[in-house]
Amino acid sequence: MATINELKERIHADSSEEIVTEYLERIEKSKLNAFITVSKESALVRAREIDSQGHEGPLAGLPIAIKDNISTKGIQTTCASKILTGYVPPYDAHVIEKLKAAGAIIIGKTNMDEFAMGSSTETSLYGPTLNPWDNDRVPGGSSGGSAAAVAGNEAPLSLGSDTGGSVRCPASFCGVVGLKPTYGVISRYGLISYANSLEQIGPFGSSVRDVAMLFDVIAGHDLRDSTSVNQETDYSSSLKNDVKGMKIGIPREYFGEGTDKHVDKSVRDAINTLEGLGATTMDVEMPNTKYALSAYYIIAMSEASSNLARFDGMRYGLRVEDSDWHTTFSQVRAAGFGDEVKRRILLGTYALSAGYHDKYYLKALKIRTLIKQDFEKAFADVDVLIAPTMPYPAFKIGEKIDDPISLYLSDVDTVPVNLAGVPSISVPCGFSNGLPIGMQVIGKHFDETAILRAAYTFEENTDFHTKNPEGY
Amino acid sequence: MYENPDGVMIGLEVHVQLNKLKTKVFCGCSTDYHNDPPNSHVCPVCLGLPGSLPVINKKAVEAAIKIGLALNCKVEEHTQFYRKNYYYPDLPKGFQITQYDFPISSGGYITIEGEDGEHRVGITRAHMEEDPGRLVHEGTIDKSKYTLIDYNRSGMALIEIVSDPDMRSPKEARRYLDKLRNIVEYLDIFDGDLEGALRVDANISIMGGQRAEIKNISSHKGAERALLFEIIRQKNVLRRGGVVVQETRHFDEAREITISMRSKEEAHDYRYFPEPDLVPLKISGWAPAIKATLPELPDARRMRFVQQYGITDDHAKALTSELKLAIFYEDVAKKVDPKMAAVWVCDVLKGELNYRDLTVDAFKKENMQKIIELLAGKKITEDSAVDIIRTLLDKGGSPEEIVKEKGLLKVEGDIVATAAEEAIMENPQAVADFRAGKEKALNSLVGTVMKKTKGRADARTAREMLLGKLE
Repeated sequence: MATINELKERIHADSSEEIVTEYLERIEKSKLNAFITVSKESALVRAREIDSQGHEGPLAGLPIAIKDNISTKGIQTTCASKILTGYVPPYDAHVIEKLKAAGAIIIGKTNMDEFAMGSSTETSLYGPTLNPWDNDRVPGGSSGGSAAAVAGNEAPLSLGSDTGGSVRCPASFCGVVGLKPTYGVISRYGLISYANSLEQIGPFGSSVRDVAMLFDVIAGHDLRDSTSVNQETDYSSSLKNDVKGMKIGIPREYFGEGTDKHVDKSVRDAINTLEGLGATTMDVEMPNTKYALSAYYIIAMSEASSNLARFDGMRYGLRVEDSDWHTTFSQVRAAGFGDEVKRRILLGTYALSAGYHDKYYLKALKIRTLIKQDFEKAFADVDVLIAPTMPYPAFKIGEKIDDPISLYLSDVDTVPVNLAGVPSISVPCGFSNGLPIGMQVIGKHFDETAILRAAYTFEENTDFHTKNPEGY
Repeated sequence: MYENPDGVMIGLEVHVQLNKLKTKVFCGCSTDYHNDPPNSHVCPVCLGLPGSLPVINKKAVEAAIKIGLALNCKVEEHTQFYRKNYYYPDLPKGFQITQYDFPISSGGYITIEGEDGEHRVGITRAHMEEDPGRLVHEGTIDKSKYTLIDYNRSGMALIEIVSDPDMRSPKEARRYLDKLRNIVEYLDIFDGDLEGALRVDANISIMGGQRAEIKNISSHKGAERALLFEIIRQKNVLRRGGVVVQETRHFDEAREITISMRSKEEAHDYRYFPEPDLVPLKISGWAPAIKATLPELPDARRMRFVQQYGITDDHAKALTSELKLAIFYEDVAKKVDPKMAAVWVCDVLKGELNYRDLTVDAFKKENMQKIIELLAGKKITEDSAVDIIRTLLDKGGSPEEIVKEKGLLKVEGDIVATAAEEAIMENPQAVADFRAGKEKALNSLVGTVMKKTKGRADARTAREMLLGKLE
């Protein structure tokens, strides 16, 4: 896959229009179903503009794909849901404004699990996205389209969102790099909320450097997001091929029973590689990990039940035949939401309801504090934690979709990170029968520098990231 | 001590809209929408568009603290916003951002003129929340074929002030509303004349029974009427051997009755939880700083008027009952005798304004000053002064012009003397009667003098002049 720097050279030598045209052609011929909307016209217009203006900006002329739960002014934004069919936002998300200012070109909106609720991109109104490594398998979720687009060479860069693993999971299944930053580092203004206390927008790329460069552009304080923090950092220039003295923690609980043996081996080999380069390792205990999945789902579903209440068909999106208020809004929601979304809204409403609020929601919040403390205790002794991103490689399409609990269980290694709000990056570290395996490097709050450095060093000293799916 | 024979307990929930802030509570939309088309003061945030996020308006927080302090509440060091979840077309997010635990202020009181003298009404809490949009129907809500929704109002800052159930009669409820409104106006964060500025929900129970909540009250008078009706209704229920149920009732202003909304009533579970998009607010230290900037409140101003201007407490109370009136009075009292000013502003002008349903904005303070100057200089009579005030209100002009036009300048002393002499000469019978001891005969002579001077003589001067000449 071409990196940002390689593409920028090509853009200077040739033109952005040429590059964008190439990507658009590949998208058109593709059967991956990675895109819901392709912005062919506007992308070419913008490419020509940038070509005539002289390619200013750190991402000038580069096409980028955007997950369809991020608001793009003038471009349909659906969250892969029937209830938002035809919704065209009148404003850009903060990250989109930043991308445009950097000269990037929005090439289209990518497929996802409906309202970001899922780990396989199978709940989308538009059908599943296929994994470029094996078209019978899922690309992961919920940002499956964004990861598959990069892995399938349909965009060099993309954005997703990660609430319980939705960037890291598809990065792992598709063999690309995906980052979930510390909570608050990337503005959520314009990200259509699923679970606001857990989620962050995250960059995808084919290399750690590309992800860091994209991260630089979109990170930063935004007054419009009250949970956004003021952090001035330059991540890409702090990338170093050096882990001497870095202390790596290995959390026992993340290598549990359900972990595929190839995954276990690949991740442990990766840790050994880093040890060979000067890092030290130690086992750490994170005893409350076993409660994380339940706490996560209760909190996420509770917040979701409230965040999705605004979809009533009155102001935008799906409309049904008008009747009185109660009938109309109920029918819109019955017709507009898929089963998984309905399931989560019902469960979330239940968890918040009078008589159950303390038993479920409040209790989940308390567990969340314990999990955060597990991380804090671990980070008193180590700089980063390394663990598998997913317990297994990509499963077959249709294999788990009828068993929601089984799907929820696949998030076991990713959700604790969201509960604690710490940063984590997934990088390719091996293969299992030809399917990519990802490892995640988890850091302290606001220590993206350390996890990027560890990931970059690993990448510089291995070649997993150079492998591409056959035909791509 | 007020007996409260029916065991009436009234609590009021008053929503004050901070319409004098420049922008809404969670976004930058301007609050100045009252003369603009519907849905013209909106943005992604107050429309609740997907992906939008709230940002707290600092001035709204300061205003909330001001209200808390003015109501003698304890202001918190940390405060938190919550989501109140329910579905309604005027609520674009499907939840209202409000406060639940950790409201910004609580545990205060105000004093009102109760049934038996000064009465203290407790304030449970005064917290911040956002206004929903406004529903517009063709005709009445039950007959209209459609509902229109205007989101200009959505997101306006509201302070909800919840009282303890300390009011014992509809009259005390009315007085509470008057006092509360007065205090809030003094803080200059709220223009009470604008539509939707102050809304009231009332809770009332009698004889320790269940309470009825009454919604859709839009005036202080309406509140009093609604509560009067409720007392009668509840007493009737009891008299018939029934039990008063806890319910929400809708006040029909036109018919002055309350109607049960039980059919529309749902057991509302609002599933409150902390608003994840707004971090908890740390406001320690804000209250003392704001307290120092609080304007003089009605009670304090009333005491100062008595001390500074030497006027009666009754006058002071009436003059401070409206901020505009108090300011008007003080401006006038700077230039003329404050005691005279009190009488003429409070007893005369206010009456004429009320009669014409006008506010003190309709009268220029310079005109009042001029009139009092003329009175003090004995240039016009009191009756003439009243005439001038009425003419100014009804027709306009200036005191000088009106005096000239109507020839109201009091007649000079010698003209009165001449008229008195003439009266004596022309009415020998009356003179004889007076000299014989009939005091009342003097009145007819005074009348004659008044007739001769076309009413412009001062009656007292005429009387004295006659007496002098009759000795």
